[in-house]
Amino acid sequence: MKNSIAELIAKKVKGKPEAYIAIVGAFIIIFIILLAIFAPFIAPYDPIKSVGKPLTPPNDEFIFGTDSLGRDFFSRVVYGARIPMIVALLSGTFSLLIGAPLGLLSGYIGGKTDRVLSLLMDSIYAFPGLILAIAIAAVLGPGIMNMALAITVVYIPTYFRMVRGQTLSIRESLFVVAARAIGARDMTIMWNYILPNVIPTIAVVFSLNVADAILTEAGLSFFGLGVAAPTPDWGFDLRSGRVYLPAGYWWLVTFPGIMVIIATIGFSLLGEGLSEILNPKLKEE
Amino acid sequence: MLLEIKDLRVRYSTERGIVKAIDGLYFRMEKGETVGLIGESGSGKSSLGFSILRLLPPNGKIISGEIIFKGKDLLKLSEKEMLKIRGKSISMVFQDPMTSLNPLMKIGDHLIETILIHEKMSKEEAKEKAISLLEKVGIPPDRFNYYPHQFSGGMRQRIMIALALALDPDLVIADEPVTALDVITQAKIIDLLKDLKRQYNMGLIFITHDISVVAEIADKIALMYAGNIVEFADAASIFEEPLHPYTKMLLEAIPNIELEEQKLKYIPGTPPDLVSPPSGCRFHPRCPYAKEICKKEEPKLKNLNGRMIKCHRY
Repeated sequence: MKNSIAELIAKKVKGKPEAYIAIVGAFIIIFIILLAIFAPFIAPYDPIKSVGKPLTPPNDEFIFGTDSLGRDFFSRVVYGARIPMIVALLSGTFSLLIGAPLGLLSGYIGGKTDRVLSLLMDSIYAFPGLILAIAIAAVLGPGIMNMALAITVVYIPTYFRMVRGQTLSIRESLFVVAARAIGARDMTIMWNYILPNVIPTIAVVFSLNVADAILTEAGLSFFGLGVAAPTPDWGFDLRSGRVYLPAGYWWLVTFPGIMVIIATIGFSLLGEGLSEILNPKLKEE
Repeated sequence: MLLEIKDLRVRYSTERGIVKAIDGLYFRMEKGETVGLIGESGSGKSSLGFSILRLLPPNGKIISGEIIFKGKDLLKLSEKEMLKIRGKSISMVFQDPMTSLNPLMKIGDHLIETILIHEKMSKEEAKEKAISLLEKVGIPPDRFNYYPHQFSGGMRQRIMIALALALDPDLVIADEPVTALDVITQAKIIDLLKDLKRQYNMGLIFITHDISVVAEIADKIALMYAGNIVEFADAASIFEEPLHPYTKMLLEAIPNIELEEQKLKYIPGTPPDLVSPPSGCRFHPRCPYAKEICKKEEPKLKNLNGRMIKCHRY
């Protein structure tokens, strides 16, 4: 079984260097997800308990050092993967489930519906993402679900615009005209003819959006709109560690910062790689 | 009477102005008949096909006329009633078989879907029917679960034909069904269509710009020029004794290998711009017999011993 999966991947990758990008990205994502899931087994200490002297630099006992309250920072970084991943994946999924169908409908129906929806989405899109998320999160108040909702709103237009654009071009293609000529209803055409042809794009956009959402989540937590202390979270720890940076306590911002970067790069690589692999011109076997 | 079209007018709104794609067209065909609809690009032959199914592109509009199919005016039906006609009573085969199938749908699912849209039966029954259809058009049934890109152009056109025949329609509109294929495949597809026509006894409108292609399949031939049918008669009489100057010149333009003369004949000039078509008879700027009246007055469609012709000479 393991062998056949490896063979399958090898077959897909052959002659397509872009595929390696996606595979590297996928490995990074799997690594971080495993980190989040198995945090209790990986972290040597309880992330919210004081276990050593405050602000100990990295050493053999505390490999990432301790924070201002004497908590093991490595354990905090491991546990800290949970909230960014949950929030980023939730908001990515929510905005997909709202944005993609709206884009499909808007592009297919056209006319007034399309104009109204496009205007609405463009006005959301015109806001800088992080500022919009901050504004919404400030209204909703802190919390995982509220963060996810705030970020969802930011990314709905991305799906909408991509799916609408693709729908507009696929709608004109001959096989859609042919489907109409056999008497297929609008729902059938959207569901069986247009949606499957848009899914590759959706997968790419999802991956890239999640990458961005991790950054936005860190941003929200950094501004204190995320989870409350003492929950470990990369953005929140960046915020707490920031005040100690001028005094030379470098590890408090470095490790959560690196983790945010790695997670973002993972999803970006997967997205870029997917968009190369799924390019229909390369698809013919 | 299977289909009768009266005074059909189709307009396209474009940036350059309004294109008078079809202008007062009359047409009729009987059950089981094959009509070859011939014309140059832009003569409105495809617009006619799409008008019958009411599938004109968004900028196209039927502004007047009647399309009477089995006693019902299709232009008066609701969109919902039209859905029951498309694919069931009237179906269509398109020019480009490479793009007329959904690339992500197995060909078997294409057929099953078409059948299930119109008929209440289980998926297994639909699959059985789909397999027998594939056999009829010469596709091995073991290729049921293949995707369109795994077939050649000719095979895809066979699949399109199977789709068009899935529900035993009364009328099939084939819009340049062999134009995108090589000559040998063309001949095979035409043989297949002839064969299936005998089995299904459906009416067939065979749209093409190549008059030699329809010679062996059409019972009747309609020649379109600049948005109208200028001559409509039995295929045999068209080839033996073409009456309209356009028909004559078109037939003379077919190269004949038996003649020694090497020079290719052609019709001087180009088809008119349908944004501002010529006055009177639309063919007069290219017609060697053109007289004063041809510039001023549009000829009426006349019945000449069962042949329809639109020319001032008759």
